[in-house]
Amino acid sequence: MAGRISRADVVHVARLARLELTDEELDRYVDQLGAVLDHAADVAALDTTGVPPTAHPLPMENVLREDVVGPSLDREEVLREAPDSDGARFRVPRILGEEP
Amino acid sequence: MSADWEMVVGLEVHCELATATKLFCSCRNAFGEEPNTNVCPVCLGLPGSLPVLNAAAVELAMRVGDALHCEIRRSIFHRKNYFYPDMPKDYQISQYDEPINVDGSLELAGGARVGIERAHLEEDTGKTTHVGRGGRIHEATESLVDYNRAGVPLLEIVSAPDIRSADQARAYVGELRGILMATGASDARMEEGSLRVDANVSVRPAGGAELGTRAEIKNMNSLRSLGRAIEHEAERQVALLEAGEPVVQETRHWNETQGRTSSLRSKEEAYDYRYFPEPDLLPVAPDETWISSVRAAAATLPAERRSRLSAAAARGRAGGATDGEVPAGLVATLVELDLDGLVLGAIDAGADPKLAVNRAANEAAAHPEAARGLDPSAFAALLSMETSGRLSATQAKTVLAQMLEEGGDPTDIARARGFEGLSEEALAETVDKIVAANPEEWERYRAGDPKVSQFLVGQVMRETKGKANGKAVMALLAARKG
Repeated sequence: MAGRISRADVVHVARLARLELTDEELDRYVDQLGAVLDHAADVAALDTTGVPPTAHPLPMENVLREDVVGPSLDREEVLREAPDSDGARFRVPRILGEEP
Repeated sequence: MSADWEMVVGLEVHCELATATKLFCSCRNAFGEEPNTNVCPVCLGLPGSLPVLNAAAVELAMRVGDALHCEIRRSIFHRKNYFYPDMPKDYQISQYDEPINVDGSLELAGGARVGIERAHLEEDTGKTTHVGRGGRIHEATESLVDYNRAGVPLLEIVSAPDIRSADQARAYVGELRGILMATGASDARMEEGSLRVDANVSVRPAGGAELGTRAEIKNMNSLRSLGRAIEHEAERQVALLEAGEPVVQETRHWNETQGRTSSLRSKEEAYDYRYFPEPDLLPVAPDETWISSVRAAAATLPAERRSRLSAAAARGRAGGATDGEVPAGLVATLVELDLDGLVLGAIDAGADPKLAVNRAANEAAAHPEAARGLDPSAFAALLSMETSGRLSATQAKTVLAQMLEEGGDPTDIARARGFEGLSEEALAETVDKIVAANPEEWERYRAGDPKVSQFLVGQVMRETKGKANGKAVMALLAARKG
């Protein structure tokens, strides 16, 4: 099954998803993701000329909400669930690097 | 910048849409409220919560698309994945390769046309504040996050790289702001962050066809800093290229105090957002009926208001007491300040168009709020007191200032200030008297000696203790000459 995705690709993808993987896990995901990509390659090989891309499995569009204010949550309740806060805002560790 | 080089600029404008609620939940969309009071499971990204699209945000996006001559079309949402605490879901929902508005254009007041590549919907992020314990900046230890802004609807308007100068960039944003406000899409306040501008800047040899490597400049919070940042960045790139060094494609941060841009490069790998279609939202496909109803209700845009005002000024000019072109700059200022209605009303009420434009753009514009509340017929009455010579220019400005500050009728104000010591009849009588008293000079004046007119005006001035309006006296003398 090898070849579709390299170990370095999996390390990169894991890093983007902020996942810390062991060596065994890396090996396993190289195989599993390779199988997923093989399947995608099978689908991609089909001739889809004239078939519009599917944006969503549901045959619906324009599911909209009226612009009417509803209740928000109580701040105390919200911040009680946070790892840390200053009583009004969430407190998070220092952010390194560039803002997106 | 030297004439050997040309700058190429494209702008990305983010504006917060003026809806009552957020893009995907019913939390209030409001600025300046207590932190984290307008949050719910959806905008906090709590597990199991589901977004539902706000119809009003779509409507406002369509209005702007229509005003920018875009094709309005079926669109879908994507997830833009990244880890940063300003988005609690760890992704931002945004339109990616199928935006709602594409292929439009914006014409600037000067006639230049800037292409609009797209104007798409997305959600705003939360507000992070970086703080240091112990108050020392290099010891910054934490960030505080307020999610009131997370999920507020944004419209991102992306221009084509059609802008060639800092002035044009400012004009583009100014015109776009006017459109955003006229359509009711946004209050478009740069200082409050409801309108944010990023600039893609590159340079190339003048007249070149290929685009140079661009840098994206962020963090300009006024039109002035936008212009400065673009000019600085273009100069920086020219200096690099002239020294034989390459321009690096990167994001740069504008520092207003230092007046320069600096690299935002970090040691982390380049961003890889892994866009994929948002499975929790369905496509938005406005049908012809919806698009037509948006078109039918379209607001009058600044460009049309300018041409209306110019046309009214030109029409009235033939019969007006003053002549000459009405400067386009003043017309633009009046529309921008929403004072065109006042001037049009005054012209309708018989005011001299050029004087109306001048007094509104120069004097009234200093107090735009009060000026918007001014009764056009009272304004017209004041202007006609000036053109008829009952008030001098200085007196008219004084009366106008008081009308703006306290309100009131121009005739009453002028009388109360003793400006109306001289009625039209009194002035006419004085002129008759001076003509009668100086028959020799009058004959010379009638024979066409221009120098003697000054003498006659001077005599009227002396007689009226300076209360007469020189122009009005000249007009009366000319009328008597026949």
